[in-house]
Amino acid sequence: MAKNNAAFVRHQLIEEQAPPITERGVVKWVRENLFSSPFNVIMTLLSLWVIYSIIAGVAPWFINGVWNANSVRDCYDILDGATGACFAVLKERFPQLIYGFKYPSTEYWRPNTAVILLLFALAPILFRKLPRKFLLFSLIYPFLAYWLIWGGTPLVPVMAFLGFVIGVYCFRRFSANAFALGAIIGVIAANIFWVLGGYVVDANETFLALQAVPSRDMGGFMLNILLGTIAVALSIPLGILLALGRKSNMPIIKWICVLFIEFIRGVPLITLLFVANVILAFFLPPETSIDLILRVIVMMTFFNAAYIAEVVRGGLAALPSGQYEAANSLGLDYSKSMRFIILPQALKISIPGIVNTCVGMLKDTTLVSIISMFDLVGMIRGPILSSTSWNGVYWELFGAAATIFFVVCFSVSKYSQWLERQLETSNR
Amino acid sequence: MSTSISSEQETFRLSMLLNDKRYRSYTFQAFALFVLICVVAYLGKNLVENLAAAGLNISYGFLGEASGYDINQRLIEYSSQSSHLRAAFVGILNTLLVAFLGCITATILGITAGILRLSNNWIVAKLMSIYVEIFRNVPVLIWILIINSIFLAVLPQPRAFKGENPEASMLWDMFAFTGRGIYAPKPLFLEGSVVVVGTFILSILAIFALRRYARHKLYSEGRLINTFWPSLALFVIPTVLIFYALGSPIGLEYPELKGFNFKGGIYARGGLISLWFALSIYTGAFIAEVVRAGILSVNEGQTEAAAALGLRPNFVMNLVVLPQALRVIVPPLISFYLNITKNSSLALAVGYMDITGTLGGITLNQTGRAIEAILLLMLFYLIISLGISAIMNIYNRSIMLKER
Repeated sequence: MAKNNAAFVRHQLIEEQAPPITERGVVKWVRENLFSSPFNVIMTLLSLWVIYSIIAGVAPWFINGVWNANSVRDCYDILDGATGACFAVLKERFPQLIYGFKYPSTEYWRPNTAVILLLFALAPILFRKLPRKFLLFSLIYPFLAYWLIWGGTPLVPVMAFLGFVIGVYCFRRFSANAFALGAIIGVIAANIFWVLGGYVVDANETFLALQAVPSRDMGGFMLNILLGTIAVALSIPLGILLALGRKSNMPIIKWICVLFIEFIRGVPLITLLFVANVILAFFLPPETSIDLILRVIVMMTFFNAAYIAEVVRGGLAALPSGQYEAANSLGLDYSKSMRFIILPQALKISIPGIVNTCVGMLKDTTLVSIISMFDLVGMIRGPILSSTSWNGVYWELFGAAATIFFVVCFSVSKYSQWLERQLETSNR
Repeated sequence: MSTSISSEQETFRLSMLLNDKRYRSYTFQAFALFVLICVVAYLGKNLVENLAAAGLNISYGFLGEASGYDINQRLIEYSSQSSHLRAAFVGILNTLLVAFLGCITATILGITAGILRLSNNWIVAKLMSIYVEIFRNVPVLIWILIINSIFLAVLPQPRAFKGENPEASMLWDMFAFTGRGIYAPKPLFLEGSVVVVGTFILSILAIFALRRYARHKLYSEGRLINTFWPSLALFVIPTVLIFYALGSPIGLEYPELKGFNFKGGIYARGGLISLWFALSIYTGAFIAEVVRAGILSVNEGQTEAAAALGLRPNFVMNLVVLPQALRVIVPPLISFYLNITKNSSLALAVGYMDITGTLGGITLNQTGRAIEAILLLMLFYLIISLGISAIMNIYNRSIMLKER
């Protein structure tokens, strides 16, 4: 081996060394993300202070919380001057918060079952990978849920369901020749069946009957879910129809839809609820007595449908006109081109908007507390806060209500983001 | 070949109303119109019959009668002797007041949160997304009630400010936060205040003129004039000089504790404050999302192109990114303003007397004129909504034109 005398030549490679401490790991991350500039330093310190003060304020209140007490005075006695929440109210009034104060307590299993089954019914709609056969249960579910929640004999929903089945069957049978003929025969057949079914129901009112619960006894968060689910389920088809109507080239139909949508969108929901509560009765025959809950559902459906119509219209407008022309050039008629080409794409675009609108609807169901229905907020403001034992327990109750709504609405919006990614088929 | 083109000879047959595409739309429309007329006629008939049976009629005479109730938060003179119409006007002004305040604070909050959510600072960005998610996903009514609870449960009553060693004290001797509401100093316009205000307006106009001139110079000669310090000087100096030259014609009236309540100053009831704050933070969370989406919607190539042209960062933002982002931001922003206006009807829950509280609340209950009152109420909201929508459409068209 030749000996190299040059002093500056290194004979072996240096061991690989770790990067400087400021350029790796947590330190690097903190330096780049939290303290990259003077402004950022100030912002970071400010944020830390905000977080600290929130935690310092809430933590003792939360940790010292009293879960077992009979009234707010008991709570104060147990706390003995310390800061602390009085969560006992949630524990004691839990059934009231969830089911309202009139729903018979022996029947709580019914709404519980209905909610669990709702998840099963929604699953095939929400997750497209599940077998399509499950959709059959989703079709049956509304009738099942009606029986579970309102009680009475199961013959009523069974008859209603069979009426629908017969109507759809007749429509399928006759609409091959003429669409209008099929529709008319279907409607007539269903109505005849319902009238006949009415006699059957009247004769067997106690058949397998659950204890009947009138609508005015519904309350608590159950009422919010009930109103929200029904209004959303009904308003999506109605909203799509309104959007198609608004895009229609038949002027009369177009203007009816435009007026309806703009009127509903122009007024606050609370005025529509006033209409349902106070003046709708003036427009109906004197002998009819429609449940307040039903009137509210109708108004909420209209309200949500108008907003969904605008979202769907945006989706329709976003489609390139080539899609419409392609459908026409294939020789598809209006309903086929809409069903197979336009709507699937337009609805895909509008999913985030539709979900946002529906989450908004669910949140807006709390407004019924203003027309003195006892939903979750109504229960808190009415019977619970004005009771002598729980007078003044604001934070725990409103905090619980906010948490419940947050959990539901946040999961729904997360689902919609997931669905958006699933349906993403365009250029990735 | 004897077959001829049939369409030329085809005459109109009745069955074509259903089967021919050209005529079918008339059938549908006639049918829809017929159904609509039937429904309206049916509802109208019921209305007339029901009103006759109840011995009622449709009349707006009640608007002229004395209202007989008091409104504790008002912008114009009003007493219980005033008419229902006047009460409705007080309500309208209150609605517009809370909507206006709410729009301003919601915009500020929303833009701040939206920009900060895009910040490189991890903690700030996370904090802002927590704010947005929490406030977006909880009903605004619950927020209104939660903030109102601060007034009900936390803040002291005015009598706590009394005595030698009061339990509560005023902030800088100017602001009093009490369970009944917030008291703030009120500006008093004495003789000569017109001149001060006039000078102030003139100096604002001068600032605009200066900036215009600077932009003109920049575009025509390429000369950049710094407008910040001259603008600031114009903003402050003339007004202050005139103010002291005329011997301070504008003073402040401080709220003072008299008896068991504060007197003087500006008084904002707890209802107004909670409604205003709740609407602002709730809508602010939505606006933050829109602002974020708007900024993200501007292609990164635009920023890079602007930087390649040698524009400084604030010019990149002002001249390149913002004009394009605004096109995405403004339409939903305006519909959020409309939402604030419509959601302000929730004032009913906290006893703030807006139009829903006066016309749709007490007036309705006292006179029993439900149909008339609710129709007027809806008309008011419709006029506001449609008016703003019309302006928004004009704006949209104006920015659409510049698009290629």
